[in-house]
Amino acid sequence: MEPSHTAHPAPGTAAAGREPLVVVKNVNKHYGDLHVLKNISTTINRGEVVVVIGPSGSGKSTFCRALNRLETIDDGTILIDGKELPKEGRGLAKLRADVGMVFQSFNLFAHKTILENVTLGPIKVRKQSPADAKKRAMDLLQRVGVANQANKSPAQLSGGQQQRVAIARALAMDPKVILLDEPTSALDPEMINEVLDVMVQLAHDGMTMVVVTHEMGFARKAADRVLFMADGEILEDSTPAEFFDNPKSERAKDFLSKILTH
Amino acid sequence: MNVIFDNIDTFLRGFGGTLTLLGLTTLFALPFGLLLAAMRVSPVASLRATSTVYVEVLRNTPLLLVFTFFSVIITYISGALPFQVAAVLALTIYTAPFFAEAIRSGINGVPVGQAEAARSIGMTFGQTLGLVILPQAVRSVVPPLINVIIALTKNTSVAGAFFIFELFNVGREVANANGNAVVAVFLGVAFFYLIITVPLGQLADHIERRVAVRR
Repeated sequence: MEPSHTAHPAPGTAAAGREPLVVVKNVNKHYGDLHVLKNISTTINRGEVVVVIGPSGSGKSTFCRALNRLETIDDGTILIDGKELPKEGRGLAKLRADVGMVFQSFNLFAHKTILENVTLGPIKVRKQSPADAKKRAMDLLQRVGVANQANKSPAQLSGGQQQRVAIARALAMDPKVILLDEPTSALDPEMINEVLDVMVQLAHDGMTMVVVTHEMGFARKAADRVLFMADGEILEDSTPAEFFDNPKSERAKDFLSKILTH
Repeated sequence: MNVIFDNIDTFLRGFGGTLTLLGLTTLFALPFGLLLAAMRVSPVASLRATSTVYVEVLRNTPLLLVFTFFSVIITYISGALPFQVAAVLALTIYTAPFFAEAIRSGINGVPVGQAEAARSIGMTFGQTLGLVILPQAVRSVVPPLINVIIALTKNTSVAGAFFIFELFNVGREVANANGNAVVAVFLGVAFFYLIITVPLGQLADHIERRVAVRR
């Protein structure tokens, strides 16, 4: 099911997908008086891995969540694979099924087993047979390295394991793009790498990804592009090497100096 | 005490009347309350508004007024609504908002990330509520729901004022006929109410322990 290497060149190469998958145009959002997204426009191509980075309060999480309309926007348009995000209802649900999401706090369904967490969407939304869904779920759990935990409940797993299950849950829907909103921020340090490894693998398999993270290593290893956000604006849009070694804006230089020196 | 045993048949019939009112009202009001709660958290603004207005008006209106409306006014308009039907209708309409609020508090107790995760894999509002939120809300909803049922048990006594044969009415009738044993008669009535309400409280504890969700 996953796009193959040949269809999608490895990220980091200039050839990585030229076909637009997510198109964001002039998006604005306010929380009361606070202007959290200021006229955001960007295009994410199929197979591209985009890392969104920036200080807290910069709007990067809001931007990520707006891409599947977990956050509403005031104006502007967001197109996923050529279709504009519907406002509410079944149309929106259908579109969300194609946009995977991984949360900072995992959000595994607390009353379901690990296996059920991964099969619920395919069975109820994609209308797959339970047997097919289970087979595919076990493959995915194997891939993220938690197959042996399939019958446990989420509370019995470590944070790193839970987050890998959350990634498997998103993949089970065969999404066109996966949004990861600070996927490692709630993890203990020794568990961060096991999740990053899965993410790097995913990137190399050609998945289109939008990742809000502060993990420089991941950005350098797997990202095609880095978006630097501050105060609700995209200030820089460049390759990881360019951004980390040669940031243009003062804001980015200041931000990088703070996270690199501690 | 003899006055109770001498009239035990009447007491039991009244007890049956109360149980019937309680059973029928719960049967109708619980799904109605669930519907109101679902409307209250739905993404559709008009449904939210309708539910909010209904819940706030009905739960802040005296039960006696609701009863009067259904027994007197509706009967006056339509002519032939049996008192039994009017009583169940009035109790249902009055009790559903309390069920709705209990269910809504349980829904609000489930972390918002659960609903976000459900929506993000493409679940509709109904699927999110039915498959993810409500199963996790059950534990915290059961005790307040049973509190509402206990209040309902006592509220059925209002029906006695509207010619319904139930416990409170029985108490009044038997007391009128046995003026020397009024205290015993009403202690007897209270005892029958307690037979219903005390086990309900224990049932609440039991269910709460059984359906605990691990986090």
